[in-house]
Amino acid sequence: MAVIEAGDIRKVYGDLEVLHDVNLAVREGEILGLIGPSGSGKSTLLRILDLIEPPSGGDLSIFGIDTVQERGRWLDLRRRMGMLFQRPIVFNAPVYDNVAMGLRYRKTPRTEIDRRVKEALEAVGLSRYIQSRATDLSGGEQQRVALSRVLVTDPEILFLDEPTANLDPGSTATIEAIVTRMNRENGITVLISTHDLAQGQRLAHRVAVMIEGTVAQAGPPREIFHSPRDKKIAGFVGVQNIIPARVVSREGGRTTVEAEERRIVSATPPPAEEVAVVIRGEDVSLHRRKPGYEEAENLFPARVTAVEPMAPFVNVTVDCGCDLVALVTARRAEALELAVGMDVWVSLPAKVVHLVPRDG
Amino acid sequence: MVNGSPIIEGFIEAINLIITLNPQVVEITIRSLYVSLTATFFAALIALPTGALIYFYEFRGKHAVVSTLQTLYALPTVIVGLVMFLLLSNIGPFGFLRLLYTPGGMIATQTVLIIPLLMGLTVSALSGIDRDKRYTITALGASRFQTVTTIIAEARFAVMSGVLLGFGRAISEVGTVMIVGGNIRGATRVLTTAIALNTSMANYSMSIALGIILLAVALGVNIALSLVQRR
Repeated sequence: MAVIEAGDIRKVYGDLEVLHDVNLAVREGEILGLIGPSGSGKSTLLRILDLIEPPSGGDLSIFGIDTVQERGRWLDLRRRMGMLFQRPIVFNAPVYDNVAMGLRYRKTPRTEIDRRVKEALEAVGLSRYIQSRATDLSGGEQQRVALSRVLVTDPEILFLDEPTANLDPGSTATIEAIVTRMNRENGITVLISTHDLAQGQRLAHRVAVMIEGTVAQAGPPREIFHSPRDKKIAGFVGVQNIIPARVVSREGGRTTVEAEERRIVSATPPPAEEVAVVIRGEDVSLHRRKPGYEEAENLFPARVTAVEPMAPFVNVTVDCGCDLVALVTARRAEALELAVGMDVWVSLPAKVVHLVPRDG
Repeated sequence: MVNGSPIIEGFIEAINLIITLNPQVVEITIRSLYVSLTATFFAALIALPTGALIYFYEFRGKHAVVSTLQTLYALPTVIVGLVMFLLLSNIGPFGFLRLLYTPGGMIATQTVLIIPLLMGLTVSALSGIDRDKRYTITALGASRFQTVTTIIAEARFAVMSGVLLGFGRAISEVGTVMIVGGNIRGATRVLTTAIALNTSMANYSMSIALGIILLAVALGVNIALSLVQRR
């Protein structure tokens, strides 16, 4: 069941259109990762879904309630959700009072507030700071105070707006662990925006990619990373090879395309006549001599034109009629004794060659 | 030559006046504090809620109001004195209150003088609560009223700094109290006007004694201010 259903959401600030045609359904109990470059509208979308600010247009239903029709119920709906922001935000008061804020707004009895605040601080490992002034804590500790302030209210939906963008790896791991546990044990639905692709892949059951103010594609992380729908998405999810090409033939489940002087076989049905070939660097295999046992549909000789270390990997550019970037481990690059000008063999299974329309 | 300097002698005598709690010095100091503290109290009573209203309510010309307030910070104090004199004098609309040349009139004048400052500083203190903090308050499920009280509570130290600045301006002010109070001995003479008068009469020791006290008050305000701002 979808706990959030957004249809054609639009948001403008003055002359600036920040969101347009946003369609997104969030299922109950899932972790949905919202990824996209800075300025693509992730934060604005989260604020609209959390009912912090109204959309300029479109439909939005939360917990099955039409929020456009029922403005009077926004406060009640908002109190069933919670949000953690990118910048650690604490108020100039003791940690205890910071964490108690949401419960006090809800007029929770004092003894229950006391019990739940102590539990929440225990859960994020900050019990010893309960009487400290929250503004005196470090950034990572402040963000944990902010997280426990949200969790103490028992939200059914948790929004996280780049929650670990400013934190050290240790604090990031702590926050990720808490969020994953809350989702698994309490079934909280989580929406997390991040520009950290690895974090999106690590945490999310499903990923939605935002590009230029709209959700361009949503699906399981595998699908987004290996079968992006267009060139912009492919570029954002870190595909090294996006090469313009032309469809030559199609037979069985195989499409043959021509990229510059190289014919490549793909398992993707052609989306158009003019396409772009999308290949992740880690899917390109390099060999010192022609492999006899290779089952990959694409196998061709090539010459190394650039070797660029990007620890722990090495970006190897080869010319095989068209330029192709392969991502190999440093260890493997050493074993192959890769050097500029060297002749190698490239193998490429048809299923890793993805095709997208050339324009757009 | 040093021993004969009237400045050094005046300084020594000034210390003496303070230590022996010279009745005239004590009386002037107490009146100064009374007038300015009362004025700050009334100004705060009016300016803080009005400033909060200006901040929390969206209305046409809000920006113009805030700019006007900020311009009024720099209003020449003698102009305020002149206008208040005219209003409180027998020919003015408030002449019947008989406040001219009384401490009450001075309180009213200083109140008027620092209201724009307190109001403006209240607005900027509340504006100092950044957007993300306001989003956080909303996201935590605060009602409209709870949002207002949380923001005011969060800005409390900045608002307090504004009040202290207002008091500092009131007590160190000469022009308006001279015009409206008249510097009448035993009635409306305060630290600043007494210093001006005694200096012109070459009564340096008295001036220096009162100056030290005024400086001490200003210093006290500053210490309080930095304590507040450190929070």
